Amino acid sequence: MSQVGTRGLQLNEKLLFEHSDKGRKGYSLPVLDVPAAQCPSDLAREDIPGFPELSELDVVRHFTRLSTWNYGVDTGCYPLGSCTMKYNPKVNETACRLPGFAGVHPHAPEDLAQGALELMYQLQEDLAEISGLPAVTLQPGAGAHGELAGMLMIRAWHEGRGEKRRKVLIPDTAHGTNPATAALCGYQVVPLASDGVLRAATVAAAMDADVAAIMITNPNTLGLFEGEIGEICRIVHEGGGLVYCDGANLNALLGISRPGDVGIDVMHFNLHKTFATPHGGGGPGAGPVGVTAELAPFLPAPVVVRDATQYRLDFDRPRSVGTLKGFYGHFGVLVRAFAYIRSLGPQGLRRATEMAVLNANYVRARLDPVYHLPFANRSLHEVVFSDRNLGGGCRTLDLAKRLIDYGFHPPTIYFPLVVAGAIMIEPTESESLESLDEFCEAMLSIAEEAESQPELLKEAPRRTRLGRLDETTAARRPRLRWEKSG
Amino acid sequence: MRFIPHTPGDVRQMLAVIGAGDVEELFCEVPAALRLQRPLDLPAARSEAELLAELAQLARRNATAETHRLFLGGGAYSHFIPAVVDHLISRSEFYTAYTPYQPEISQGTLQAIFEFQTLICQLTGMDVANASMYDGASACAEAVLMACRATRRARVLLAASLHPDYRATVATYCRYLDVELVEVPFDETGRTDPAALAARMDEGCAALVLGYPNFFGVIEDLAGAARLSAACGARLVAAVQEPLALGLLKSPGELGADIVVGEGQSFGLPLSFGGPYLGFFAARNQDLRNLPGRLVGETVDHQGRRGFVLTLATREQHIRREKATSNICSNQGLCALAATIYLALFGRRGLRELAEHNFAKAAYARERIAALPGFRLPFSGPVFNEFVVEAPLPAVEVLRRVQAQDILGGIPLARWYPRLPQSFVVCVTEQNRREDIDALCAVLSGGAP
Repeated sequence: MSQVGTRGLQLNEKLLFEHSDKGRKGYSLPVLDVPAAQCPSDLAREDIPGFPELSELDVVRHFTRLSTWNYGVDTGCYPLGSCTMKYNPKVNETACRLPGFAGVHPHAPEDLAQGALELMYQLQEDLAEISGLPAVTLQPGAGAHGELAGMLMIRAWHEGRGEKRRKVLIPDTAHGTNPATAALCGYQVVPLASDGVLRAATVAAAMDADVAAIMITNPNTLGLFEGEIGEICRIVHEGGGLVYCDGANLNALLGISRPGDVGIDVMHFNLHKTFATPHGGGGPGAGPVGVTAELAPFLPAPVVVRDATQYRLDFDRPRSVGTLKGFYGHFGVLVRAFAYIRSLGPQGLRRATEMAVLNANYVRARLDPVYHLPFANRSLHEVVFSDRNLGGGCRTLDLAKRLIDYGFHPPTIYFPLVVAGAIMIEPTESESLESLDEFCEAMLSIAEEAESQPELLKEAPRRTRLGRLDETTAARRPRLRWEKSG
Repeated sequence: MRFIPHTPGDVRQMLAVIGAGDVEELFCEVPAALRLQRPLDLPAARSEAELLAELAQLARRNATAETHRLFLGGGAYSHFIPAVVDHLISRSEFYTAYTPYQPEISQGTLQAIFEFQTLICQLTGMDVANASMYDGASACAEAVLMACRATRRARVLLAASLHPDYRATVATYCRYLDVELVEVPFDETGRTDPAALAARMDEGCAALVLGYPNFFGVIEDLAGAARLSAACGARLVAAVQEPLALGLLKSPGELGADIVVGEGQSFGLPLSFGGPYLGFFAARNQDLRNLPGRLVGETVDHQGRRGFVLTLATREQHIRREKATSNICSNQGLCALAATIYLALFGRRGLRELAEHNFAKAAYARERIAALPGFRLPFSGPVFNEFVVEAPLPAVEVLRRVQAQDILGGIPLARWYPRLPQSFVVCVTEQNRREDIDALCAVLSGGAP
């Protein structure tokens, strides 16, 4: 079964459980310094069937090998549109591991957690300044969790005024989680069609006294600024509704335009995207939410406040929508984001946005002659192409897999849904001109290969440990855990 | 500006290719009226050394197990983290990767999550587990929503002894859905009152949620609750706030739970002032297609070699959007990896041995404190590593006195249970030496009148 080292230094590795049952141990415990106590037999389990038994080196080698099968930002260019895979500064990792941050218990008395509370308070203030939204909660655990917090606040605000509005407008260029979030808040979703940019007239036609809010992503998922956003906010407000902005693409606006100034009422921040906290293979992220002063009473509890003498957690918020998770937010992620904001300062944040937009436009200009661009508007931090001009019967998926052979993580594919065969590229500001050129040259030569040798695309990737994986069978006959065979 | 590589020459060259005169021109679609006309009002950029000095100063203002003797639990536990855990999760191939949408170059993350799912199933005694959730409280809320979807019922019983954050989070998630939440009181054992439970349990119930152990550290009678819930077709949800207990206690699956959720922080994650932690979510096969969140499944590549992919994504918002099982878009990948590494190190015998240490230390502390004049144990039920103590004075006062001796002696219950003003929860783990426990007892007895 195991063929260690059969491909040069590409090492094979079994599952933990297949190593196991050897009577090894990978831990050490101090000698028990109190009398042993017997757990009543009606409560105690006999065994943990299937659990591994490994030495420390077994474990280290296992996970080290697994890590080599992954592609991260430190490995190379990761132009995933909408995910903002920028470089994650190493100092941020040092910062969140400072013993006074990593070791503080969430039930520690407030006077013994002043450093943590001050950092959270400062971050709330920073995010308020960046967004133009004066009140901020740090509690939500991810962007979608922030959406939930925001939409709950919108509903609470309406109900506080004695209104029971039932509908939420969502344009086709909004993020994928928006409709599910609206549904979780008991709303009915009204989709709006756009021509790449949402038109104020479309919103005016859909607006009525039953609309609670519109959920907009700005810049939208095509990487385009919603140029009529000011007018849209005015129409929604006049109709008695509120405007939610999905802040996933805030990387395009730092220091350029503040959602709060534009007329947005509620917005979440994806700290892991905009403020460079690592994505960790899917998490943890953090999804703070900023709101206008009018909505501040509805923020989830607790909020960090400053008294005359110290910082404290304010739980006494009678109009709050409640608690979204345990404790106060992903503090370790908040420390990283705070460190990033302090590292760059106001000029640096603006510069990051400018270079992110420059990079996206550069990639756009270099690929535009060959790849089909469905919308002609000026792109901000990301650009969406389609597979329409791809030859040899090749599709977006084939292009993505072939990019892997060239040593790049593929862009986001088949999203947004408004573009058939979408290829969504977000290079981010941390990529250099050289790495953008290498990426563009790979994209251009793949377009040529599609014409001349389409099988190279269709059989890709060839240079990875595994070839294309059968996702259909995985869904049809789900095997979601290891089980001992035979 | 060391995170941004562009030289002035690069910028000029790129603008020429784009056909723009300057960078400003790239923002032409942002109407002038919507532009910020001033720099952001934020502190100036720090050098790396300045930043670390500033942060270290803030960090020093927090109490930790290095500065205080710590007896705090209540949903976050001070356990030793082997050095291996942080070394391995610090490999940037793990922590700088994204959600594994491209399985051919994400097998490391995918296999580790598959292993995580398997370990959670083994530990909880359940059939399937997802790739993790934000934390125990939000996983508990998702379990309630899933039970309502699966049973098409809308009444949920929550034990009053369930972690208050878990109850509050469930209430928030259900705020605008037609779900009725009913509280079930506890009795003098600290367990959910069986008679009160039987009286509230009927064919209209979607779920019953019990802590295992509960917020008082008491081990609930899951088997008894399972009989009641099975009889009326409700889902029994076991919410595990201290998962190390599962190293010693019968698995919720063995006792008849239908859904097991909980907090995984004890498995290798730092306290970190409450997050990021790790929610786990396990269920029986009957609920597979109703599970919220990400799932990793086994499959093969075009040559028949084993590999792993994200699967059953039609449940998610990618395709059906407003019909999605939840709005969750991410998981706690890196935290789940830490837990997987931790569990691999401790394994079958180590987790048991560690759990026995916690059990023995708590038993010793409980006995010692109960013997102090004026102190009593208000609940008689069995406990794992934390327990409630009733002091002769308001708990806040006693704990403040203890704090003056650099001991964080427990969590006062009054904030959530106004009827228990003199009670607090003491947690003892393998990190507390006998002399720490003795010191706590000495200060407590000195603090009594």
